[in-house]
Amino acid sequence: MIHQYKLNGYNIVLDVYSGSVHVVDDLAYDVIERYQQQGREDLIADLLQKYADTPEVTAEEIGECIDDVAELEASGKLFSSDQYENIAFDFKKRNTVIKALCLHIAHTCNLNCDYCFASQGKYHGERALMSLEVGKRAIDFLIENSGSRVNLEVDFFGGEPLMNFDVVKEIVAYARSIEKQHHKNFRFTLTTNGMLIDDDVIEFANRECHNVVLSLDGRQEVHDRLRKTNNGKGSYEIIVPKFQEFVKRRGNKGYYIRGTFTHHNTDFTNDIFHMADLGFTELSMEPVVCPPDDPYALTYDDLPVLFEQYEILAKDMIRREKEGAPITFYHYMIDLTGGPCIYKRVSGCGSGTEYMAVTPWGDLYPCHQFVGDEAYCLGNIWNGVENHAVQDEFKLCNAYARPECKDCWAKLYCSGGCAANAYHAAGSITGIYKYGCELFKKRMECAIMMKVALAE
Amino acid sequence: MKRIKTIDTRDLKKSVQTGGCGECQTSCQSACKTSCGVANQQCEKCSEKK
Repeated sequence: MIHQYKLNGYNIVLDVYSGSVHVVDDLAYDVIERYQQQGREDLIADLLQKYADTPEVTAEEIGECIDDVAELEASGKLFSSDQYENIAFDFKKRNTVIKALCLHIAHTCNLNCDYCFASQGKYHGERALMSLEVGKRAIDFLIENSGSRVNLEVDFFGGEPLMNFDVVKEIVAYARSIEKQHHKNFRFTLTTNGMLIDDDVIEFANRECHNVVLSLDGRQEVHDRLRKTNNGKGSYEIIVPKFQEFVKRRGNKGYYIRGTFTHHNTDFTNDIFHMADLGFTELSMEPVVCPPDDPYALTYDDLPVLFEQYEILAKDMIRREKEGAPITFYHYMIDLTGGPCIYKRVSGCGSGTEYMAVTPWGDLYPCHQFVGDEAYCLGNIWNGVENHAVQDEFKLCNAYARPECKDCWAKLYCSGGCAANAYHAAGSITGIYKYGCELFKKRMECAIMMKVALAE
Repeated sequence: MKRIKTIDTRDLKKSVQTGGCGECQTSCQSACKTSCGVANQQCEKCSEKK
Protein backbone atom coordinates (compact mmCIF):
# COMPACT_ATOMS: atom_id res chain seq x y z
CA MET A 1 0.00 0.00 0.00
CA ILE A 2 1.16 3.50 -0.75
CA HIS A 3 -0.09 6.93 0.25
CA GLN A 4 0.72 9.92 -1.90
CA TYR A 5 -0.06 13.56 -1.20
CA LYS A 6 0.97 17.09 -2.08
CA LEU A 7 1.76 19.55 0.66
CA ASN A 8 3.71 22.79 0.89
CA GLY A 9 5.09 22.32 -2.62
CA TYR A 10 6.28 18.77 -2.05
CA ASN A 11 5.00 15.61 -3.72
CA ILE A 12 5.37 12.88 -1.12
CA VAL A 13 4.90 9.15 -1.46
CA LEU A 14 4.81 6.86 1.57
CA ASP A 15 5.28 3.15 1.22
CA VAL A 16 3.24 1.94 4.16
CA TYR A 17 4.70 -1.49 4.90
CA SER A 18 8.39 -0.70 4.44
CA GLY A 19 8.11 2.74 6.02
CA SER A 20 9.88 4.31 3.02
CA VAL A 21 9.34 7.97 2.18
CA HIS A 22 9.97 9.34 -1.31
CA VAL A 23 9.89 12.91 -2.61
CA VAL A 24 9.07 13.00 -6.27
CA ASP A 25 8.46 15.44 -9.10
CA ASP A 26 5.11 15.77 -10.86
CA LEU A 27 5.83 13.19 -13.54
CA ALA A 28 6.99 10.55 -11.05
CA TYR A 29 3.96 11.35 -8.90
CA ASP A 30 1.69 10.58 -11.85
CA VAL A 31 3.63 7.47 -12.80
CA ILE A 32 3.38 6.09 -9.27
CA GLU A 33 -0.32 6.90 -9.09
CA ARG A 34 -1.06 4.91 -12.28
CA TYR A 35 1.70 2.30 -12.16
CA GLN A 36 -0.39 -0.54 -10.82
CA GLN A 37 -3.44 0.21 -12.95
CA GLN A 38 -1.92 0.66 -16.40
CA GLY A 39 0.48 -1.20 -18.63
CA ARG A 40 3.70 0.50 -19.70
CA GLU A 41 2.60 1.56 -23.18
CA ASP A 42 -0.77 2.91 -22.01
CA LEU A 43 0.91 4.79 -19.21
CA ILE A 44 3.42 6.40 -21.54
CA ALA A 45 0.71 7.35 -24.01
CA ASP A 46 -1.53 8.85 -21.33
CA LEU A 47 1.25 10.85 -19.75
CA LEU A 48 2.55 12.13 -23.09
CA GLN A 49 -0.92 13.51 -23.60
CA LYS A 50 -1.08 15.03 -20.11
CA TYR A 51 2.35 16.64 -20.48
CA ALA A 52 1.84 17.70 -24.12
CA ASP A 53 2.76 21.27 -23.17
CA THR A 54 5.99 20.17 -21.50
CA PRO A 55 8.42 19.25 -24.29
CA GLU A 56 11.07 17.78 -21.98
CA VAL A 57 8.64 15.03 -20.96
CA THR A 58 9.31 12.55 -23.76
CA ALA A 59 8.38 8.89 -24.12
CA GLU A 60 11.95 8.05 -23.17
CA GLU A 61 11.77 10.20 -20.04
CA ILE A 62 8.53 8.58 -18.93
CA GLY A 63 10.01 5.14 -19.65
CA GLU A 64 13.03 5.91 -17.46
CA CYS A 65 10.74 7.04 -14.67
CA ILE A 66 8.72 3.82 -14.93
CA ASP A 67 11.99 1.88 -14.71
CA ASP A 68 12.92 3.76 -11.54
CA VAL A 69 9.56 2.96 -9.98
CA ALA A 70 10.01 -0.70 -10.94
CA GLU A 71 13.44 -0.67 -9.32
CA LEU A 72 12.03 0.71 -6.08
CA GLU A 73 9.28 -1.87 -6.17
CA ALA A 74 11.83 -4.66 -6.66
CA SER A 75 13.90 -3.40 -3.73
CA GLY A 76 10.86 -3.38 -1.43
CA LYS A 77 10.54 0.40 -1.14
CA LEU A 78 7.37 0.90 -3.15
CA PHE A 79 4.18 -1.13 -3.28
CA SER A 80 5.60 -3.49 -0.68
CA SER A 81 3.20 -6.10 0.59
CA ASP A 82 1.79 -6.47 4.08
CA GLN A 83 3.93 -9.08 5.78
CA TYR A 84 2.77 -8.29 9.27
CA GLU A 85 -0.83 -9.39 9.30
CA ASN A 86 0.16 -12.99 8.76
CA ILE A 87 3.25 -12.92 10.86
CA ALA A 88 3.00 -14.84 14.11
CA PHE A 89 1.69 -11.93 16.15
CA ASP A 90 -0.41 -14.05 18.44
CA PHE A 91 -1.36 -11.18 20.66
CA LYS A 92 -3.62 -13.15 22.93
CA LYS A 93 -0.83 -15.52 23.89
CA ARG A 94 1.72 -12.73 23.94
CA ASN A 95 3.56 -12.72 27.22
CA THR A 96 3.49 -9.10 28.21
CA VAL A 97 5.06 -7.42 31.19
CA ILE A 98 3.82 -4.29 32.86
CA LYS A 99 6.18 -1.42 32.25
CA ALA A 100 4.19 1.67 33.10
CA LEU A 101 1.68 2.76 35.70
CA CYS A 102 -0.39 5.89 35.88
CA LEU A 103 -0.86 6.57 39.58
CA HIS A 104 -4.02 8.48 40.40
CA ILE A 105 -2.44 10.25 43.33
CA ALA A 106 -5.39 12.55 43.88
CA HIS A 107 -8.98 12.22 42.78
CA THR A 108 -9.57 15.82 43.52
CA CYS A 109 -8.56 19.07 41.88
CA ASN A 110 -8.06 22.71 42.68
CA LEU A 111 -9.31 23.74 39.25
CA ASN A 112 -12.75 23.28 37.80
CA CYS A 113 -12.11 22.90 34.08
CA ASP A 114 -15.27 22.58 32.02
CA TYR A 115 -13.91 19.96 29.63
CA CYS A 116 -12.24 17.68 32.22
CA PHE A 117 -12.71 14.04 31.19
CA ALA A 118 -12.05 13.15 34.82
CA SER A 119 -15.03 15.15 36.00
CA GLN A 120 -13.04 17.76 37.95
CA GLY A 121 -10.65 15.04 39.11
CA LYS A 122 -13.23 12.81 40.77
CA TYR A 123 -13.69 10.39 37.86
CA HIS A 124 -17.42 10.35 38.58
CA GLY A 125 -16.74 9.00 42.09
CA GLU A 126 -15.74 10.22 45.51
CA ARG A 127 -12.90 12.62 46.18
CA ALA A 128 -9.88 10.68 47.39
CA LEU A 129 -6.13 10.84 47.93
CA MET A 130 -3.84 7.85 47.41
CA SER A 131 -2.23 6.69 50.65
CA LEU A 132 1.48 5.99 50.91
CA GLU A 133 0.64 2.34 51.57
CA VAL A 134 -1.19 2.06 48.25
CA GLY A 135 1.56 3.98 46.45
CA LYS A 136 4.32 1.74 47.78
CA ARG A 137 2.37 -1.38 46.94
CA ALA A 138 1.86 -0.05 43.40
CA ILE A 139 5.64 0.30 43.04
CA ASP A 140 6.14 -3.27 44.31
CA PHE A 141 3.40 -4.50 41.97
CA LEU A 142 5.12 -2.85 39.01
CA ILE A 143 8.50 -4.36 39.87
CA GLU A 144 6.99 -7.81 40.41
CA ASN A 145 5.22 -7.73 37.05
CA SER A 146 7.90 -6.09 34.91
CA GLY A 147 9.99 -9.17 34.11
CA SER A 148 13.39 -8.24 32.73
CA ARG A 149 12.23 -4.80 31.62
CA VAL A 150 14.69 -2.26 33.02
CA ASN A 151 13.05 1.12 32.40
CA LEU A 152 9.79 1.49 34.31
CA GLU A 153 7.56 4.51 33.94
CA VAL A 154 5.36 5.97 36.63
CA ASP A 155 3.17 8.98 36.01
CA PHE A 156 1.76 10.98 38.88
CA PHE A 157 -1.65 11.93 37.64
CA GLY A 158 -4.97 13.09 38.94
CA GLY A 159 -7.02 15.18 39.46
CA GLU A 160 -4.17 17.31 40.60
CA PRO A 161 -1.28 15.22 41.99
CA LEU A 162 0.32 18.12 43.84
CA MET A 163 -2.70 18.11 46.19
CA ASN A 164 -1.05 14.96 47.57
CA PHE A 165 2.56 16.01 47.09
CA ASP A 166 3.97 14.53 50.30
CA VAL A 167 2.85 11.09 49.17
CA VAL A 168 4.38 11.68 45.72
CA LYS A 169 7.72 12.45 47.35
CA GLU A 170 7.56 9.42 49.62
CA ILE A 171 6.63 7.07 46.76
CA VAL A 172 9.59 8.33 44.75
CA ALA A 173 11.92 7.92 47.73
CA TYR A 174 10.65 4.37 48.22
CA ALA A 175 11.09 3.48 44.53
CA ARG A 176 14.60 4.95 44.46
CA SER A 177 15.53 2.97 47.58
CA ILE A 178 14.76 -0.36 45.92
CA GLU A 179 15.30 0.16 42.18
CA LYS A 180 18.97 -0.84 42.09
CA GLN A 181 18.51 -4.11 43.95
CA HIS A 182 15.85 -5.05 41.41
CA HIS A 183 17.91 -3.80 38.41
CA LYS A 184 15.26 -1.26 37.51
CA ASN A 185 15.36 2.37 36.46
CA PHE A 186 12.28 4.40 37.34
CA ARG A 187 11.28 7.25 35.11
CA PHE A 188 8.78 9.50 36.82
CA THR A 189 6.45 11.91 35.12
CA LEU A 190 4.32 14.55 36.80
CA THR A 191 1.23 15.98 35.12
CA THR A 192 0.10 19.17 36.85
CA ASN A 193 -2.11 22.20 36.40
CA GLY A 194 0.57 24.32 38.10
CA MET A 195 -1.51 25.87 40.87
CA LEU A 196 0.63 24.46 43.67
CA ILE A 197 4.06 24.74 42.07
CA ASP A 198 6.59 26.24 44.49
CA ASP A 199 10.34 25.99 45.08
CA ASP A 200 9.95 22.65 46.80
CA VAL A 201 8.03 21.18 43.85
CA ILE A 202 10.47 22.60 41.30
CA GLU A 203 13.51 21.31 43.16
CA PHE A 204 11.94 17.86 43.60
CA ALA A 205 10.63 17.51 40.05
CA ASN A 206 13.83 18.74 38.45
CA ARG A 207 15.79 16.19 40.46
CA GLU A 208 13.46 13.21 40.14
CA CYS A 209 11.14 13.56 37.18
CA HIS A 210 12.15 12.40 33.73
CA ASN A 211 9.35 14.51 32.31
CA VAL A 212 6.79 17.01 33.53
CA VAL A 213 3.57 17.86 31.72
CA LEU A 214 2.32 21.35 32.47
CA SER A 215 -1.23 22.20 31.47
CA LEU A 216 -1.71 25.51 29.68
CA ASP A 217 -4.19 26.11 26.87
CA GLY A 218 -2.44 29.10 25.32
CA ARG A 219 -3.70 32.68 25.15
CA GLN A 220 -5.10 34.01 28.41
CA GLU A 221 -8.67 34.39 27.17
CA VAL A 222 -8.62 30.86 25.77
CA HIS A 223 -7.08 29.33 28.87
CA ASP A 224 -9.27 31.20 31.35
CA ARG A 225 -12.47 30.41 29.50
CA LEU A 226 -12.34 26.74 30.50
CA ARG A 227 -9.57 26.35 33.10
CA LYS A 228 -11.10 28.10 36.07
CA THR A 229 -10.45 28.05 39.78
CA ASN A 230 -13.21 26.86 42.08
CA ASN A 231 -14.42 30.43 42.53
CA GLY A 232 -14.82 30.80 38.76
CA LYS A 233 -11.79 32.95 38.01
CA GLY A 234 -9.22 32.12 35.36
CA SER A 235 -5.98 30.42 36.38
CA TYR A 236 -3.65 31.81 33.69
CA GLU A 237 -2.10 34.58 35.77
CA ILE A 238 -1.41 32.22 38.65
CA ILE A 239 0.23 29.45 36.70
CA VAL A 240 2.17 31.07 33.85
CA PRO A 241 4.87 32.69 36.04
CA LYS A 242 5.19 29.38 37.93
CA PHE A 243 5.62 27.42 34.69
CA GLN A 244 8.20 29.89 33.43
CA GLU A 245 10.24 29.58 36.61
CA PHE A 246 9.86 25.79 36.58
CA VAL A 247 11.07 25.45 33.00
CA LYS A 248 13.87 27.98 33.45
CA ARG A 249 15.30 25.91 36.29
CA ARG A 250 14.71 22.60 34.54
CA GLY A 251 17.81 22.85 32.35
CA ASN A 252 17.79 20.25 29.61
CA LYS A 253 15.38 17.83 31.32
CA GLY A 254 12.17 16.96 29.53
CA TYR A 255 8.93 18.88 29.84
CA TYR A 256 5.83 19.64 27.82
CA ILE A 257 3.52 22.57 27.95
CA ARG A 258 0.32 20.75 27.10
CA GLY A 259 -2.86 22.40 25.96
CA THR A 260 -6.30 21.35 24.84
CA PHE A 261 -8.07 23.11 22.00
CA THR A 262 -11.82 23.15 21.50
CA HIS A 263 -14.46 24.51 19.15
CA HIS A 264 -13.86 27.90 20.79
CA ASN A 265 -10.27 28.17 19.56
CA THR A 266 -10.02 26.37 16.25
CA ASP A 267 -7.22 28.86 15.46
CA PHE A 268 -5.17 26.94 18.00
CA THR A 269 -1.84 27.65 16.32
CA ASN A 270 -2.13 31.12 17.85
CA ASP A 271 -2.16 29.40 21.24
CA ILE A 272 0.90 27.36 20.35
CA PHE A 273 2.67 30.50 19.16
CA HIS A 274 1.63 32.22 22.39
CA MET A 275 3.28 29.41 24.35
CA ALA A 276 6.42 29.97 22.28
CA ASP A 277 6.22 33.72 22.97
CA LEU A 278 6.17 32.92 26.69
CA GLY A 279 9.53 31.19 26.24
CA PHE A 280 8.39 27.58 26.09
CA THR A 281 9.76 25.34 23.36
CA GLU A 282 8.42 21.83 24.11
CA LEU A 283 4.75 21.98 23.22
CA SER A 284 1.76 19.72 22.91
CA MET A 285 -1.75 20.67 21.92
CA GLU A 286 -4.55 18.11 21.91
CA PRO A 287 -8.02 18.26 20.39
CA VAL A 288 -10.67 18.11 23.11
CA VAL A 289 -12.34 14.73 23.48
CA CYS A 290 -15.90 15.09 24.78
CA PRO A 291 -19.51 14.24 23.94
CA PRO A 292 -20.56 15.85 20.64
CA ASP A 293 -23.33 17.89 22.28
CA ASP A 294 -20.95 19.77 24.58
CA PRO A 295 -20.78 23.44 23.51
CA TYR A 296 -17.01 23.32 23.06
CA ALA A 297 -17.01 20.01 21.12
CA LEU A 298 -15.19 20.07 17.80
CA THR A 299 -17.48 19.71 14.80
CA TYR A 300 -17.06 18.32 11.30
CA ASP A 301 -17.37 21.87 10.02
CA ASP A 302 -14.27 22.69 12.04
CA LEU A 303 -12.16 20.06 10.25
CA PRO A 304 -11.03 22.12 7.22
CA VAL A 305 -10.03 24.92 9.58
CA LEU A 306 -8.07 22.52 11.77
CA PHE A 307 -6.32 20.99 8.74
CA GLU A 308 -5.25 24.45 7.67
CA GLN A 309 -4.05 25.20 11.19
CA TYR A 310 -1.85 22.10 11.22
CA GLU A 311 -0.33 23.23 7.91
CA ILE A 312 0.28 26.74 9.25
CA LEU A 313 1.98 25.23 12.27
CA ALA A 314 4.20 22.93 10.20
CA LYS A 315 5.30 25.74 7.88
CA ASP A 316 6.02 28.05 10.79
CA MET A 317 8.02 25.36 12.56
CA ILE A 318 10.15 24.89 9.44
CA ARG A 319 10.79 28.62 9.43
CA ARG A 320 11.71 28.63 13.11
CA GLU A 321 14.03 25.65 12.64
CA LYS A 322 15.80 27.31 9.73
CA GLU A 323 16.19 30.49 11.77
CA GLY A 324 17.81 28.54 14.59
CA ALA A 325 14.99 28.95 17.11
CA PRO A 326 13.05 25.68 16.84
CA ILE A 327 10.03 24.62 18.81
CA THR A 328 8.92 21.04 19.34
CA PHE A 329 5.33 20.00 18.77
CA TYR A 330 4.62 16.61 20.28
CA HIS A 331 2.59 15.30 17.36
CA TYR A 332 5.17 16.36 14.80
CA MET A 333 7.97 14.50 16.53
CA ILE A 334 8.68 11.73 14.13
CA ASP A 335 12.01 10.03 13.83
CA LEU A 336 12.13 8.31 10.47
CA THR A 337 15.38 6.48 11.19
CA GLY A 338 15.07 5.82 14.93
CA GLY A 339 11.33 5.47 15.34
CA PRO A 340 9.40 2.49 16.65
CA CYS A 341 9.88 -1.05 15.35
CA ILE A 342 7.05 -2.96 13.72
CA TYR A 343 6.06 -4.69 16.97
CA LYS A 344 5.45 -1.35 18.65
CA ARG A 345 3.65 -0.02 15.58
CA VAL A 346 1.28 -2.95 15.54
CA SER A 347 0.73 -3.36 19.27
CA GLY A 348 0.13 0.29 20.12
CA CYS A 349 0.03 2.05 23.46
CA GLY A 350 -0.13 -1.08 25.61
CA SER A 351 -3.13 0.00 27.66
CA GLY A 352 -4.45 -2.86 29.76
CA THR A 353 -1.36 -4.94 29.16
CA GLU A 354 1.89 -2.99 29.50
CA TYR A 355 0.29 0.11 30.90
CA MET A 356 -2.35 0.41 33.61
CA ALA A 357 -3.87 3.07 35.80
CA VAL A 358 -4.06 2.69 39.59
CA THR A 359 -6.86 4.40 41.50
CA PRO A 360 -6.37 5.95 44.95
CA TRP A 361 -7.79 2.70 46.34
CA GLY A 362 -5.40 0.44 44.43
CA ASP A 363 -7.78 -0.77 41.72
CA LEU A 364 -6.31 -1.40 38.28
CA TYR A 365 -7.80 -0.07 35.04
CA PRO A 366 -6.55 -0.41 31.44
CA CYS A 367 -5.68 3.28 31.37
CA HIS A 368 -6.55 6.55 33.06
CA GLN A 369 -9.45 7.15 30.67
CA PHE A 370 -11.27 4.00 31.82
CA VAL A 371 -11.04 4.80 35.53
CA GLY A 372 -14.50 5.05 37.01
CA ASP A 373 -16.03 2.61 34.53
CA GLU A 374 -16.30 -0.45 36.75
CA ALA A 375 -16.88 -2.88 33.88
CA TYR A 376 -13.28 -2.19 32.94
CA CYS A 377 -11.74 -2.75 36.37
CA LEU A 378 -8.94 -5.28 35.81
CA GLY A 379 -8.22 -6.18 39.44
CA ASN A 380 -6.07 -4.56 42.08
CA ILE A 381 -2.44 -4.10 43.06
CA TRP A 382 -2.62 -6.76 45.77
CA ASN A 383 -4.13 -9.62 43.78
CA GLY A 384 -3.07 -8.51 40.32
CA VAL A 385 -5.17 -8.78 37.17
CA GLU A 386 -8.26 -10.88 37.79
CA ASN A 387 -10.50 -9.74 34.96
CA HIS A 388 -8.72 -11.68 32.22
CA ALA A 389 -11.60 -11.32 29.77
CA VAL A 390 -11.14 -7.56 29.65
CA GLN A 391 -7.36 -7.84 29.56
CA ASP A 392 -7.60 -10.24 26.60
CA GLU A 393 -9.75 -7.69 24.80
CA PHE A 394 -6.96 -5.16 25.21
CA LYS A 395 -4.28 -7.67 24.21
CA LEU A 396 -6.10 -8.11 20.92
CA CYS A 397 -6.64 -4.41 20.42
CA ASN A 398 -4.00 -3.54 17.82
CA ALA A 399 -3.42 -2.13 14.34
CA TYR A 400 -5.06 -5.19 12.76
CA ALA A 401 -8.02 -5.42 15.12
CA ARG A 402 -10.25 -2.87 13.42
CA PRO A 403 -11.87 -3.56 10.05
CA GLU A 404 -11.98 0.20 9.37
CA CYS A 405 -8.18 0.34 9.56
CA LYS A 406 -7.57 -2.41 7.01
CA ASP A 407 -7.03 -0.07 4.07
CA CYS A 408 -5.80 2.94 6.03
CA TRP A 409 -2.29 4.10 5.21
CA ALA A 410 -1.81 5.52 8.72
CA LYS A 411 -2.38 2.35 10.73
CA LEU A 412 1.31 1.74 11.36
CA TYR A 413 1.67 5.31 12.62
CA CYS A 414 -1.26 5.17 15.07
CA SER A 415 -1.50 1.38 15.59
CA GLY A 416 -5.25 1.61 15.32
CA GLY A 417 -5.71 4.58 17.60
CA CYS A 418 -6.67 5.17 21.20
CA ALA A 419 -8.83 2.42 22.72
CA ALA A 420 -10.54 4.86 25.07
CA ASN A 421 -11.44 7.25 22.28
CA ALA A 422 -12.80 4.36 20.22
CA TYR A 423 -14.84 3.14 23.18
CA HIS A 424 -16.36 6.54 23.82
CA ALA A 425 -17.03 7.25 20.15
CA ALA A 426 -18.07 3.83 18.86
CA GLY A 427 -18.96 1.85 21.98
CA SER A 428 -16.15 -0.64 21.48
CA ILE A 429 -12.41 -0.53 22.03
CA THR A 430 -11.99 -2.09 18.60
CA GLY A 431 -14.10 0.60 16.96
CA ILE A 432 -12.61 3.82 15.67
CA TYR A 433 -12.88 7.48 16.62
CA LYS A 434 -13.20 8.73 13.06
CA TYR A 435 -12.80 12.41 13.87
CA GLY A 436 -9.57 11.68 15.69
CA CYS A 437 -8.40 9.61 12.69
CA GLU A 438 -8.86 12.57 10.36
CA LEU A 439 -6.79 14.84 12.59
CA PHE A 440 -4.16 12.18 13.14
CA LYS A 441 -3.67 11.58 9.42
CA LYS A 442 -3.29 15.30 8.79
CA ARG A 443 -0.70 15.57 11.55
CA MET A 444 1.30 12.69 10.08
CA GLU A 445 1.23 14.24 6.63
CA CYS A 446 2.51 17.49 8.10
CA ALA A 447 5.16 15.80 10.25
CA ILE A 448 6.56 13.85 7.30
CA MET A 449 6.45 16.93 5.08
CA MET A 450 8.54 18.76 7.68
CA LYS A 451 11.13 15.99 7.61
CA VAL A 452 11.27 16.26 3.84
CA ALA A 453 11.57 20.04 3.92
CA LEU A 454 14.27 20.04 6.57
CA ALA A 455 16.25 17.31 4.78
CA GLU A 456 16.83 19.64 1.82
CA MET B 1 17.21 8.71 -9.55
CA LYS B 2 16.36 11.80 -11.50
CA ARG B 3 12.80 12.33 -10.40
CA ILE B 4 12.59 10.41 -7.13
CA LYS B 5 14.49 11.14 -3.94
CA THR B 6 14.21 8.54 -1.20
CA ILE B 7 14.50 9.81 2.37
CA ASP B 8 16.49 7.72 4.83
CA THR B 9 14.04 5.71 6.97
CA ARG B 10 14.05 2.71 9.25
CA ASP B 11 13.19 -0.46 7.31
CA LEU B 12 10.11 -1.79 9.05
CA LYS B 13 10.50 -5.22 7.48
CA LYS B 14 13.99 -5.61 8.93
CA SER B 15 12.65 -4.58 12.32
CA VAL B 16 10.66 -7.82 12.39
CA GLN B 17 14.02 -9.43 13.20
CA THR B 18 15.63 -6.65 15.23
CA GLY B 19 12.69 -5.12 17.10
CA GLY B 20 10.39 -6.08 19.90
CA CYS B 21 12.66 -5.56 22.92
CA GLY B 22 9.87 -3.66 24.68
CA GLU B 23 12.13 -1.10 26.37
CA CYS B 24 10.48 1.82 24.60
CA GLN B 25 8.29 4.36 26.32
CA THR B 26 4.59 3.69 26.70
CA SER B 27 2.83 6.00 24.26
CA CYS B 28 0.48 7.76 26.64
CA GLN B 29 3.01 8.44 29.40
CA SER B 30 4.46 11.45 27.69
CA ALA B 31 2.28 14.32 26.66
CA CYS B 32 -0.93 13.34 25.04
CA LYS B 33 -3.02 11.38 27.55
CA THR B 34 -5.98 11.60 25.20
CA SER B 35 -4.82 9.98 21.98
CA CYS B 36 -2.55 7.18 20.95
CA GLY B 37 0.09 7.73 18.34
CA VAL B 38 3.10 5.47 18.25
CA ALA B 39 4.85 7.19 15.36
CA ASN B 40 6.37 9.85 17.57
CA GLN B 41 7.83 7.39 20.03
CA GLN B 42 11.55 6.77 20.09
CA CYS B 43 13.11 3.34 19.76
CA GLU B 44 15.06 2.89 22.97
CA LYS B 45 17.75 0.82 21.24
CA CYS B 46 18.15 3.36 18.44
CA SER B 47 18.43 6.26 20.86
CA GLU B 48 21.09 4.39 22.87
CA LYS B 49 23.18 4.06 19.73
CA LYS B 50 23.01 7.80 19.00
